[in-house]
Amino acid sequence: MIALLLILTPLLAGLLAFFLKQGNAAKNLALVSSVAILALTLVAVYAPGNNVYDTAWLTDLGSRFTLKMDGMGKMLCLLTAISFPLVFAATYKNAYKNPAAFFGLMLLTQSGLMGVFLATDALLFYFFWELALIPVYFLCSIWGGEKRIAVTFKFFVYTFIGSVLMLAGILYVYFHTADHSFAMESFYKVNLSTHQQLYIFWLFFIAFAIKMPIFPFHTWQPDAYEQTNTATTIIMSAVMVKMGLFAIVRWLLPIFPEASAQFANIIIIFCVIGMLYASFIAVRQDDFKRLIAYSSIAHIGLMCAAMFTHNRTALDGVMVQLFNHGINVIGLWVIADLIEQQLGTRKLSELGGLAQKAPAMAILLVLMALANVALPLTNSFIGEFLMFNGLFQYNMYMAAVAGISIILAAVYTLNMVQKIIYGEVNAVTTNAVDLSMNLKLVLVMITVVILVLGVFPQPLIELTKDSAASLFLKK
Amino acid sequence: MNAIIFSAIMGVVMMFSGIALKQKRAITTTAIIALLLLLAANLSNTYSIFSINIDSHGLLHFNKFGLFFNSILIVATLIFVLLSGHDIEKVGDNVADYYALIFFVLCGTSILTSFNGLLMLFLGIEIMSIPLYILTGSEKRNLKSNEASLKYFLMGSFSTGIMLMGIALIYGATGSFSISTSVVTPVSAGAPVPSFLAIAGMVLLFASMCFKVSAAPFHFWTPDVYDGSPSVFTSFMATIVKVAGFFAFLNLFDANANILGPSWKMLLGFVILSTLLVGNITAVFQQSIKRMMAYSSIAQAGFMLFALYSRNDLAKEGILLYAVAYCLSTIGFFAVLIKVKDYTFDGFNGLAKTQPVLAFTATIFLMSLAGIPLTAGFFAKYYMLASVVKAGGSLWIVLAAVLFAAVSVYYYFKVIQSMYFKEGAPETAEITTQFKVGLILVSAAVILVGVLPSIVLNWLYF
Repeated sequence: MIALLLILTPLLAGLLAFFLKQGNAAKNLALVSSVAILALTLVAVYAPGNNVYDTAWLTDLGSRFTLKMDGMGKMLCLLTAISFPLVFAATYKNAYKNPAAFFGLMLLTQSGLMGVFLATDALLFYFFWELALIPVYFLCSIWGGEKRIAVTFKFFVYTFIGSVLMLAGILYVYFHTADHSFAMESFYKVNLSTHQQLYIFWLFFIAFAIKMPIFPFHTWQPDAYEQTNTATTIIMSAVMVKMGLFAIVRWLLPIFPEASAQFANIIIIFCVIGMLYASFIAVRQDDFKRLIAYSSIAHIGLMCAAMFTHNRTALDGVMVQLFNHGINVIGLWVIADLIEQQLGTRKLSELGGLAQKAPAMAILLVLMALANVALPLTNSFIGEFLMFNGLFQYNMYMAAVAGISIILAAVYTLNMVQKIIYGEVNAVTTNAVDLSMNLKLVLVMITVVILVLGVFPQPLIELTKDSAASLFLKK
Repeated sequence: MNAIIFSAIMGVVMMFSGIALKQKRAITTTAIIALLLLLAANLSNTYSIFSINIDSHGLLHFNKFGLFFNSILIVATLIFVLLSGHDIEKVGDNVADYYALIFFVLCGTSILTSFNGLLMLFLGIEIMSIPLYILTGSEKRNLKSNEASLKYFLMGSFSTGIMLMGIALIYGATGSFSISTSVVTPVSAGAPVPSFLAIAGMVLLFASMCFKVSAAPFHFWTPDVYDGSPSVFTSFMATIVKVAGFFAFLNLFDANANILGPSWKMLLGFVILSTLLVGNITAVFQQSIKRMMAYSSIAQAGFMLFALYSRNDLAKEGILLYAVAYCLSTIGFFAVLIKVKDYTFDGFNGLAKTQPVLAFTATIFLMSLAGIPLTAGFFAKYYMLASVVKAGGSLWIVLAAVLFAAVSVYYYFKVIQSMYFKEGAPETAEITTQFKVGLILVSAAVILVGVLPSIVLNWLYF
């Protein structure tokens, strides 16, 4: 039941928000309901047993409304639940035209995301997959930079192509299940020949690859992140990209074991190419937001590569990193937004000397940057270590090449920090003021999570152990 | 047989109502009442409460599927009149005649949902088409309307000629007009080999039916006719008439496609792919939304043709659902389109600001046409694709279809972009509260069917 509430609460709150006349009321409703959802999620995650909700829906079609929380689902629901209040709090001072619609759409997005992570019925999963996309399409197109409409359209058409291919794949698998059912269990038991797997695998994989995105399907991402309003960008890069990674573990690897073993090599090669490519671009990048976007592509590439190593350690690493990457990237985006709002520029070359003007922000930015480089004692270290460990066992040379991207990550991240906070105060940065109370609160909370999980990652690993393990038991 | 008789009588009644009633509003009200009566008559036939039976010597055959389909068409017409009745009154002075013609079209569709013989197919198609030629040209002073009417008439009669030729050949081969028995009769002893005459007849029938449902490469009349005729009647033509044509198409080829042997799938596959290609790709480049909708209706026809491709139980349920979803969405969207003065994409700029209800409901209709989940259009497409996958072996055609569905998102969402993301002050006709409520109800129905498609399909079995 509580699983259903996780979807219904944001849905109803979102619909209610549309009808609020006052912008502030919608904003407060969004904040309050997202905190309530966080509380609900914490109860759901730490309540004993699996939270299952199951009811008849499209009985004629063999589809049921089934929601279930396994370890990975719990963790990503938690990430979703944490992200939204943080985003609402961090952007509390931002003014939007037509705020009721903005916050309504945000909450609808949350509802869709929760559904994606909870659904264990393939058709239901597809529904939520699309449901998370539609509000984001409106969010990105209405509130954002000048080129937002064209950029968002590209993003939308890209992901939609992926989705419909996945739908064709789902249909194909469905007709090959023994009991003609969309249930996850039936899908796992489906008997596809290697030949069939080799084709259908790609229908699913392309959908997920576009969503993540990995090279060469990533071209929508930097533009979209740059042009969209920050609140939506944060949700997209912290939570939405995780949909693709999550779906690989939930739907791709178990249904197509042979195909995923066969194609692992080529996919990992693409991931590694993507990591290097994105890292090199990030090094040359002068735009703060684009830098974070490319850095994110590199990180996601590593996670995707680690998934296909079929190595238990690597998979544990991916699980941890799914959460940690989300948290870190929120922090970076919040600071990027702050700088843009205050100083009116995102160009690193125009910034400088913020350490003197905004010391608190500078300290927190350094911590976030270190987490982005995955330094030990920050949360990303353990995840990246486990993933590299797995990749190394899979193929030493690929791990070595991928390792270059870690060095590059240090280069671009530290370069960014250097340009922003050190140097002389110049004409642009002279007006900078330090963090406001709400931002301080948000960033300190993120930093606490970074440090605590950096020293003590065990709870996360415990939480997702069963998902990683179940993947290996099936073979 | 109730619907056939009543719709013809209602048509005559409507004709004379023009003499009795001077107020245009009153004529529309009469039409709505007549449609309700017609619906009641058809339903009482479906559930055997009261039905007129005349022995048609096997030329007509009434089953639940056909009668139910006919009810859908009548309900769709009812919704069409309720939403756009006010605009029908504006087309010209002879409002009573327009309604009379609409009822005669319904008489034709009632025959098409129940024919069992090729002669009745021909009669149904003709009774349906001839009033349409007139409706297309009903804007007498508009050159484009006249051109469309003439074009439609010439092309339509040409395709009717082809259909007659086909019927004649089949009659020559089998000696019977019945569709359920004669055509598949083995001609020579031993292996059942259909005669050359029968094959040629079937191909001719196929071509003329493709023309009626505007499937490529027989679609050339569609954009001009849809664009030229008064928008209200475009809405009627693109939905009720087209869907009735599909039912006849399916009914005709359901049992008889075997006569064409293995080449049937190739032939139909070619038609489906070229329909999807022409419809979707050309729609992308349109400047006028009305013309875009004409190409979109070609594209939707491509999807509906999948029912013929698979011809299984899912296909039957699917074509029913598709009819509902497509009629509701298209009628709804056209109702909005008619109210906007400028039919170009720029003419819709900023509609969300000035007319939020219109923009919002139009968005739902467009999403349904694009096949976004939680709208009726999704399940319509879903059933079509599922039926093909179930029939087995032809995944490539499914993949082509889903990719074209993604293309269709491009042009449908361009309208949404104009309405929501661009600035402008579109001119609209006067919008009444009744109209808004009607739109909201129709869009609610679209979503309801999208969440629970079984509410439509269960009617089929209970």
